[in-house]
Amino acid sequence: MQRGWFARHRRSEELNLDEMNDAWVKCNGCQQILFARDFERNLKVCPRCGHHHRLSARERIALLADEETFVERDAEVVSADPLGFPEYVDKLNRGKANSGLPEAIISGTCTLSGIPIVLAVQDFAFMGGSMGSAVGEKVVRAMEYALEQRLPIVICSTSGGARMQEGLLSLMQMAKTCAAAAKLHEAGVPYISVLTDPTMAGVLASYASVGDVVIAEPGALIGFAGQRVAQQAQVIKPPPNFQTAEFQLEHGMVDIVVPRKELKHTLSRVLRFFTGG
Amino acid sequence: MRTVLDFEKPIAELDANIEALKRITAEQGIDKSEEIAALERDRERLLREIFRKLTPWDRTLLARHPQRPYTLDYIRVIFDDFVELHGDRQFGDDGAVIGGMAWLNEKPVMVIGQQKGRDLKERQRRNFGMAKPEGYRKALRLMYLAEKFGRPVITFVDTPAADPGVESESRGISEAIARNLREMMMLKVPIVSVVIGEGGSGGALGIAVADRVLMQEYAIYSVIPPEGCAAILWRDPKRAPEAAEALKLTAQDALRFGVVDEVVAEPLGGAHRDPLAAAQMVKEALLKHLPPLQKLSVGKLRESRYERYRNLGVWTVAAE
Ligand SMILES: [Zn+2]
Repeated sequence: MQRGWFARHRRSEELNLDEMNDAWVKCNGCQQILFARDFERNLKVCPRCGHHHRLSARERIALLADEETFVERDAEVVSADPLGFPEYVDKLNRGKANSGLPEAIISGTCTLSGIPIVLAVQDFAFMGGSMGSAVGEKVVRAMEYALEQRLPIVICSTSGGARMQEGLLSLMQMAKTCAAAAKLHEAGVPYISVLTDPTMAGVLASYASVGDVVIAEPGALIGFAGQRVAQQAQVIKPPPNFQTAEFQLEHGMVDIVVPRKELKHTLSRVLRFFTGG
Repeated sequence: MRTVLDFEKPIAELDANIEALKRITAEQGIDKSEEIAALERDRERLLREIFRKLTPWDRTLLARHPQRPYTLDYIRVIFDDFVELHGDRQFGDDGAVIGGMAWLNEKPVMVIGQQKGRDLKERQRRNFGMAKPEGYRKALRLMYLAEKFGRPVITFVDTPAADPGVESESRGISEAIARNLREMMMLKVPIVSVVIGEGGSGGALGIAVADRVLMQEYAIYSVIPPEGCAAILWRDPKRAPEAAEALKLTAQDALRFGVVDEVVAEPLGGAHRDPLAAAQMVKEALLKHLPPLQKLSVGKLRESRYERYRNLGVWTVAAE
């Protein structure tokens, strides 16, 4: 299933000096040095402490979509610079280079354990997964396609929130994506929202929170205010797990926290509830 | 205590001089009417001059002006009567959001708005206009009530942001806002929103999904406060004036992007110089926009609301 990962790691087995560094990774959770092959095989979850490291959009699609079933849609929709915002074009170019993607989200169709779905996945490496007009348009098109085809839709979020560089237009994507979510809601088309590290602010306060089922990955940062703002505003001392998936579960905002290795199976069970299979 | 913004200082001096002359007239019976009229002409000329060249940052300060009329000030002037209703029926009553039944030229409407406080005590009670989840849930409850009895909804938007604290996070501030966005999209009665001061990002939007969005001339509407934007961009909140420029947060910008449908003029010098006139201007705008919406069928109303938001955004097609 995760053939891409094995293929990549095989290079590091050649023990080429330049690639020696690729053979080891340091866990962001426990700081232990891990053998990259074990790390990749374990879906970038630390085998020692269970820390879930971020996946790229392509990696997550490989994790969820049945092999060779993903067909991308709306790839041509990309960001413009409507405000002429300082350094935005540079940041977009850097985002493209960092992520290898034209925009901060990939959407398309696939089957998941044989169930046809619409799947959209954000990528944090593209400007922190932020939502500008292009991301909003792609989310809405994915939802509209799900509505038209009456296919369940799964959206995996990872985002710092609305993209500052498109100002008010980014803010309006919150309303726009929820407008499409409203149509799904009324039509009874299932929408499953998967919150991955991090899902914040304008994305959490819009489409990511209105799924029929909301699933989160363990330890994911999930919250409204950025850490800086939240810390300034605190009168009450935040608990140690503040703004984590577990905190949101405890407070009733998330249906299930699912370890990555069980994510696909859990999604297939949830999807079957809706599709009747 | 009255606050005078830097660019208002020359006007405040003239205000003081005019006041002094009026006092002399009243107390000593000396006719100063010619001098007063001359000073008033100077003042008007100066106001026009200053307000013609306002920067986005000046407008930000005006939108946050401590003397600017707040939601309740508008409600008192615009509506014949107001029965305030409290609570979200789930947790509590949020002082930062007020709502209730009101009559616009004798026609019943549901009014909801964010409310800032005038003095320190009220500011705390109103949480500086920063709504908590129960505020958004109260707003939604009142919208459902309006829908049930076929009454239109009018919202007044004036908040720096939604409350970012631990309590709000614990009670699902994001869920509360997101749910409002979705539910307002489906509401079967007309909604008109007026941005009267600070349109602070998601916190503002949480009560501002509407068939018509109006915005006062010196209100602002932004995805992030200029200070926060400057802190992120340049690690220097003091560069907020530059950020205000970059963010395109003025009413004219919002109109240009299709985010608002009409900019409602304010009295010369801003709403705080003549709150009554400002409220009359808002009232006229409401009376212009609401009746045509009430003539639409539910289907048509919701379809055009969807299209209104569906079309917001500027993106491009990648050259392959
Ligand atoms: Zn670890």
